[in-house]
Amino acid sequence: MATATTTATTPSARRYADHGRPAWRRVLLTQETAVVAMLVLVALVAASSVPGFGQPLTLTYLLLDVTPILLIALPMTLIIVTGEIDLSVASVVGLASVLTGVLTQAGVPFELAAAVALLAGAAGGALNGFLVTVVGLPSLAVTIGTLALFRGLAVGLLGTTAVTDFPERWTDLAKSRIGVSNVPTVTVLVVVLVLAFAVLLHFTRFGRGLYAIGLAKDAARFSGVRVERSKLVLFVLAGLVSALAGIYYTLRYGSARGDNATGMELQVIAAVLLGGVSIFGGRGALHGVVAGVLLIGVLASALRVAGITSDVINILTGALLVLSVVLSAALARTRTRRRAHAAAPPGTPTSTPTSDTAGTSTGTSTDTSTDTSTDGA
Amino acid sequence: MKSLAARSSAFAALALSLTLVASACTVEGSGGGETGGGAEGSGDLSITFLPKNLGNPYFDTSSSGAEEAIGEFDGTFAEVGPTEATPDAQVSYINTLTQQGVGAIAVSANDPKAICGALDEAREAGVKVVTFDSDTNPECRDVFVNQADAEGIAKVQVDLVAEQIGGAGEIAVLSASANATNQNAWIELMEEYLASDYPDITLVETVYGDDDDQTSFDKTAALLQTHPDLKGIVSPTTVGIAAAARYLSTSEHQGAVALTGLGTPNQMREYVEDGTVTAFALWNPADLGYLTAFTAKALIEGEITGEEGDSFEAGRLGAYEVGPDGVVLLGDPFVFDADNIGDFDF
Repeated sequence: MATATTTATTPSARRYADHGRPAWRRVLLTQETAVVAMLVLVALVAASSVPGFGQPLTLTYLLLDVTPILLIALPMTLIIVTGEIDLSVASVVGLASVLTGVLTQAGVPFELAAAVALLAGAAGGALNGFLVTVVGLPSLAVTIGTLALFRGLAVGLLGTTAVTDFPERWTDLAKSRIGVSNVPTVTVLVVVLVLAFAVLLHFTRFGRGLYAIGLAKDAARFSGVRVERSKLVLFVLAGLVSALAGIYYTLRYGSARGDNATGMELQVIAAVLLGGVSIFGGRGALHGVVAGVLLIGVLASALRVAGITSDVINILTGALLVLSVVLSAALARTRTRRRAHAAAPPGTPTSTPTSDTAGTSTGTSTDTSTDTSTDGA
Repeated sequence: MKSLAARSSAFAALALSLTLVASACTVEGSGGGETGGGAEGSGDLSITFLPKNLGNPYFDTSSSGAEEAIGEFDGTFAEVGPTEATPDAQVSYINTLTQQGVGAIAVSANDPKAICGALDEAREAGVKVVTFDSDTNPECRDVFVNQADAEGIAKVQVDLVAEQIGGAGEIAVLSASANATNQNAWIELMEEYLASDYPDITLVETVYGDDDDQTSFDKTAALLQTHPDLKGIVSPTTVGIAAAARYLSTSEHQGAVALTGLGTPNQMREYVEDGTVTAFALWNPADLGYLTAFTAKALIEGEITGEEGDSFEAGRLGAYEVGPDGVVLLGDPFVFDADNIGDFDF
């Protein structure tokens, strides 16, 4: 349109930028960077003002506490990016914990019990995926149902007893540290999974398809993205990773109970949303989520060591989450208004067309990088 | 457009840092609070009590006794605990106390093994660990302050219920949480004592009320429904016996089904007066808390190490000695009935 007439008159030499904004603005002026900055700030303030926080032991406990939430937040990010949600993750944690406990108590070797728990988690995820993709039910309703179903199974299997007799080799491994440093051994596993999910989400075609599904499901289907299969894979992954988190939780606390990790799904979703992932889908990045999980972890840990009760900690975390959701929505609206404002004079060659539009992101930038270009011109 | 973007980012930065300021204020406000931070090792008399759960009248009494003791030797008292009596919740609190570097932790364990790892880490960091009321495995704590000999506690309850049902019949046990070390030890000894001395009494079922009032109430009702020939209920937990008494006193079984166990005089007084309960046993939980605090003080100051034969002074309770396995014994269980229940206030 406008560009066609311009190229007709000047046939060569017009160069178009690949992006509307310089790279540093695309990377740094994003919600993810804000969360990372908050994390660093909170950690520094806490280390200097809370007695007992700035010691190496804190890092160990922090990482051990944060591991299950971070693990589950990884597939949860992918699920929320597609516009779905999975509320049953904490119940899968409880079920995996109980299965490990019951089987170990019955004399089954721990490794086999853990494998069965992982399979059960994957099966639970597959159930969720089946109901959402094949039967076509909304994921919110399905996962609320499976939340109750799996939790009921967990409590039904074990009642209020706790199985606490696990092989010392495994419970020690769950809490051990790497060499003489204060970093727990499980962090290696967590880092591997974070990298795997980051590659999956940001560097593969499958991951790009997820963003497309989140923004415009039908357009994605017509573009060749296999929507149902992607969602099914994601729910199975969520079940599998939740079961892994459940095994770790059991070993770390040394106790398998039916009500383990009750309410953890809310902590996971809070951290994911704090990390800049939009609840409506189509937007988000993994480094923001990691920063969000760590931010909530550091804040809660610092307040606990300072002697604040858990109610106040919940209030502050909740306020932080509400603020972040409101602000990201407000920023999105100002962005749309800015774009509409810039689209007002049509036909003038002042607008620079860009090759990327909202949602399809490459590398580290996300759609907050969209700029003064018009859309639809 | 530029100013709008700048304004939005400025607003974002301001609002997000408001939350930071809010948390910073709460930190400063309680920074000098009851939880003693800072230096560890001998001399730091900050003792934190970690009962099975908060909101339990038995532990409220023991903590008040502890507070009295800690006031006497100018230490710092703090109490933390979960709302539900679960082992994994206690682990988190122990970790926090380790980070805070308190002088000693006094814990009533929800499970003998699950909290061992966390306790070992606390001890490595120089925190003294005393268990009271409910023990862990002996290798993870320094000293265990036991309220009474486990055999004595089991025997007195069995003798009471046998006397009240006439030496023969069906009885059931309403316990606390399924993993609690102390209740499980007593129940095991009760079963042995029943088998050896009262062959005509059958223990038909053990149910768990989780030290929760409503759950214990419901479990009592279920017991009486499932076993219509039940003649007696033994509840070795103060929350359980209070809930069971509350149920029995308003039901048709009042007076027909005997109820005994471990209860506090204040909670049981009305049921002894209306005939639901004839007699029950306990010790003084305030004395238990008092002794535990002095034991912790002796450990912090290096006066004892938990070895058999160590002795120390415990304020108004006198001198105490550490027995085998690092156990300090408070005394003997005491039987309360209609004659003496008016003399006590706890």
